[in-house]
Amino acid sequence: MLTLKRLALAAVIAVLPLTTSFAAKADALADIMKNKVLRVAVPQDFPPFGSVGPDMQPRGYDIDTAALIAKELGVKLELVPVSSANRLPFLQTKKVDLVISSLGKNAEREKQIDFTVAYAPFYSGVFGPASVKVAAAADLSKKTIGVTRGALEDLELSKIVPVDADVRRFEDNNTTIAAFLSGQVQMIATGNVVAAAILEKNPPNRPEPKFVIKDSPCFIGLNKDEPALLAKVNEILKKTKADGSLDAVSKKWLGAPLPADLKS
Amino acid sequence: MNLTLADLTDHGELFLRGTALTIALTFASLIAGMALGVLGAAGRRSTLAPVRWITGAYVELIRNTPFIIQLFFIFFGLPKLGIRMGSLEAAFLAMSINLGGYATEIIRAGLDSIGRGMWEAGASLGLTRWQSFRLVILVPALQKVYPALTSQFIIILLGSSVVSQIAVEELTFVGSYIQSRNFRAFETTLIVAAIYLLLVLVFKWICAAIDKRVFAFARAGR
Repeated sequence: MLTLKRLALAAVIAVLPLTTSFAAKADALADIMKNKVLRVAVPQDFPPFGSVGPDMQPRGYDIDTAALIAKELGVKLELVPVSSANRLPFLQTKKVDLVISSLGKNAEREKQIDFTVAYAPFYSGVFGPASVKVAAAADLSKKTIGVTRGALEDLELSKIVPVDADVRRFEDNNTTIAAFLSGQVQMIATGNVVAAAILEKNPPNRPEPKFVIKDSPCFIGLNKDEPALLAKVNEILKKTKADGSLDAVSKKWLGAPLPADLKS
Repeated sequence: MNLTLADLTDHGELFLRGTALTIALTFASLIAGMALGVLGAAGRRSTLAPVRWITGAYVELIRNTPFIIQLFFIFFGLPKLGIRMGSLEAAFLAMSINLGGYATEIIRAGLDSIGRGMWEAGASLGLTRWQSFRLVILVPALQKVYPALTSQFIIILLGSSVVSQIAVEELTFVGSYIQSRNFRAFETTLIVAAIYLLLVLVFKWICAAIDKRVFAFARAGR
């Protein structure tokens, strides 16, 4: 029984690439404009990019970005909740036109799908209140920085931090955050999403971005061989970055404006 | 089993620094904790009811809450009340207060074991109650409960590993730090455990030596 199931699965997997490459011949942008619907894969379990709100409606950075693009295209938006594991299959089987699901770019994925320009910042950095003047690793001299021991931020920060900086390594993420919020450390090295989650609670110690340790922004994914759609979405992203509407999304969900390298 | 201790040879100095801090923290807390314990035990037997209540509440509070919560309260909670101290100071304070609570009860038991006759002997020498406590009662009382105190000291020594949680860079912190870098969890833990074991063995030997010298009187009559 098990082997039969596996055989069937293997057959499906073998045929899948054939069907997708065949289907990819169509022009997705033309279809969207004809059907007046933009179908977008969005996360539902990854706040602040995508989660389910108290009204049971999806909400977040990715959802607002999808809404911006649909508005610019002048079509209706259809949100398709996906998980991080199935977001690419949804795109490749043409169940959605775009994946706006905090997708990072890497060589492996670039073989499978195309990417637009970056639409959201996703990075590890050093965060602290405005009163602490720090713009680069060298400025950390004689300052205290909290970080979770063994986390990516710890490993990367340890390479660049000056010798007289006081890096306090805490056991886990929550302890690190508690140390920052109680003022036991001046700054915190963490992900921008974590900093945004802290900012949302409006604490007296505000973790505002100081500098980036490691950058891996989010991109919108779409099927290969869709030059018209790619150009159109890139154009919309450029326009919404220029007119401040994407900046507003960033401020709303991440508590900080788009970083300079994402603005153009 | 694949044991690779070679990866850890570079970290000798770190282990040494961590061990030194563990010893220093334990030693400092033992002094402060014992002082608190003696005062607390005296307070538990005070003729003044409010003093008895306060020391009683102290013992109940410390002995009925987890050490890590006491530590977090001092490190993360007190800043909210405007009292901010570094992680090292917070660790020292938490360990001292914690030992103080347990030592109070242990020493009180020692005091209880001293018969009325000793107090009366002090009084007949013209000593005040406090002088009798200090000069006549305290040392034999401590002698009675010395084994229990020693175990409590060892608990404090080993319990100091908890303060790695607030980024005090003692032995356990050093172990976790090293294994977050080289992923040799088993080897690192093995070394940390061996150092703790060695520390406790040496510590017990020191305690036995103190017992021999300070409490020699107890064996004199036997």
